[in-house]
Amino acid sequence: MKLGILVLLLIPFGVRLNAITLTVGTDAQYKSIKSALQACNDNDTVVVGEGIYKEGNLIISKKIVFIGQPGAILDGESQYEILSIKSSNVVVKGFKLQNSGFSTLNDPGAIKVYDAHNVVVENNILENNFFGIYIQYGQNCVIKNNQIHSTGTEEQKIGNGIHCWKSDSLLIIGNEVSGHRDGIYFEFVSNSLVWRNKSKHNVRYGLHFMFSNSDSYIANQFIANGAGVAVMFSKGVRMYNNYFKENWGEAAYGILLKEISDSEILANTFDQNTAALYLEGASRMIIEKNSFVKNGWALKMQASCIDNKVSLNNFFSNTFDVSTNGTVVLNSFDQNYWDKYEGYDLNKDGVGDIPFHPLSLFCVLSERNPTMMFIFRSFIVDLLDKSEKLLPSITPMNFVDEKPMMKSYSL
Amino acid sequence: MNRIARFVFVDILKNSFVIIYAVILFLLSSSVLALEDNSSKGVLSMLNIILLIVPLVSIIFSTIYIYNSAEFVELLLSQPVKRTVIWRSLFYGLSLALSLAFVLGAGVSLILFVGDLLGLFLFFIGILLTLIFTSFALLCAVWAKDKAKGIGLSILVWLFFSLFYDGLLVFGMFQFSEYPLEKLMMVFTLLNPIDLSRILILLQLDVSALLGYTSAVFKEFLGSQLGIIISFVALVLWFVIPYFYSLYKFNRKDL
Repeated sequence: MKLGILVLLLIPFGVRLNAITLTVGTDAQYKSIKSALQACNDNDTVVVGEGIYKEGNLIISKKIVFIGQPGAILDGESQYEILSIKSSNVVVKGFKLQNSGFSTLNDPGAIKVYDAHNVVVENNILENNFFGIYIQYGQNCVIKNNQIHSTGTEEQKIGNGIHCWKSDSLLIIGNEVSGHRDGIYFEFVSNSLVWRNKSKHNVRYGLHFMFSNSDSYIANQFIANGAGVAVMFSKGVRMYNNYFKENWGEAAYGILLKEISDSEILANTFDQNTAALYLEGASRMIIEKNSFVKNGWALKMQASCIDNKVSLNNFFSNTFDVSTNGTVVLNSFDQNYWDKYEGYDLNKDGVGDIPFHPLSLFCVLSERNPTMMFIFRSFIVDLLDKSEKLLPSITPMNFVDEKPMMKSYSL
Repeated sequence: MNRIARFVFVDILKNSFVIIYAVILFLLSSSVLALEDNSSKGVLSMLNIILLIVPLVSIIFSTIYIYNSAEFVELLLSQPVKRTVIWRSLFYGLSLALSLAFVLGAGVSLILFVGDLLGLFLFFIGILLTLIFTSFALLCAVWAKDKAKGIGLSILVWLFFSLFYDGLLVFGMFQFSEYPLEKLMMVFTLLNPIDLSRILILLQLDVSALLGYTSAVFKEFLGSQLGIIISFVALVLWFVIPYFYSLYKFNRKDL
């Protein structure tokens, strides 16, 4: 009887008790990863020892923990997709994956997750792959602390570092991506968190997402990417404490916002971008407590933007603080610090007594007629801007910060 | 350099104005370049100094100097000296002294703080602008017999190139905004030494990314080696032609 109860108690753990560890290596139990993957069962652990494994496409179709010991290298020989994960609850850890195949037909990646949930990809190094980590139809997957590098120069010939498509509730934490087409790419991904990643020197965008609602992007760094960060056709996006630096070039932006609504951009730093924040068709955005430093344009707000609130931001040493292409302004500016403000504060409440018009005449004219850039930085531009400041006639009157701050915020 | 040119040169150096000019240039350039933490921003301020102050000082000072040395010129003419030699000596003396002031005032800090190709660009453009506006001064002085008229004319020339020209261009750009003007603008740049200098330097700086489409057209031409050579040749022509025209006028002038 007692034995019967014990057996009954053990039944739920039965499977777990059977779990074993399979080792792969030159003088280990299994010589090839493929044979180990064949032999293993659900809940087993496969540990791969040091060595370069050129075994073509490895498919994980059981829920296993797949661990690489230091020096375990999976090589795709520039022909194969290296690791295909087709089961849920898989953990992939500690590998170096290199030289995946190149194909624009089926987009091979170093690690590709097909229709699975709770997959963890952690502490891997990915070198010279077409796509880095590719998740399609994934749920609750974690991509953590991976180093993803490639050396792409042409957009068409290189895939994305972390590519997520039709997924939900992903966690993307602490990864470093460089040299890919887009560092992190989201399409139809919702309720996900992108936290503490570094995305730099990518050919196109550091972060690119479309049709991805209710996602959070927190404390990431986007540095010197070909075109900065692009955010399109999404709503409920939260971008906090990110760092956008040196996205400089003729078509580069800190963030490019297109058709985006009900989102928050808080406490980010924009340093030396051509256009720090470019908004087109953006509505009901809250842009607060950001620092705009040394950018070409701090804000490029097209006339298609409505109901955006720009407040409590710092604007330092930007060539142009704000620019727009229309005369109708349906956005509000409130209590920002502008280093170009020349007003005074008689009652010493820290708020300037005369309103600040951040839009310069030259900006308006050059937006209307791009050839005007021909006289950029000439004497006449200074004169025109000064006279327009005194007697505004061409710049929209309601493009104004009624309460400009006298001192910058410490953000 | 002949003896007359040497005399003019030394005479100008004795004039405290050129020394003050050099000192002011030195103070401005070293403070602008040393105090700005961002060197590209310092260069932009430097650009303003070179594009505004250098032409202004060169043209006004030279015009006044030529009028003041009218008696000296007449004295020389009574000697067996060719008119061409006298005029050339005046030009050499003036341009050498003003260039020297620029080199000592701004050039040193440019080489020290900016250094690379950009510093060299600013350096040569500063000297070329000095030469250009000195030769304009010769032209103004030979044109108008009356001193007040001549100085007025020289101020007008400076105002025209640094302000009115751009104003007219803006007017034109808006009148003909329907047309593709970028290529035409290239021609108009070559027709104003100050604009040409400004754009040459802007294209070397990061801010050129702000110029957008216009810059792409400019870069294609002015960014290339051939373009840079052509624009420097244009700048050289800008002082050679006015100088020779003033010489032609001086040779035929009834003093």
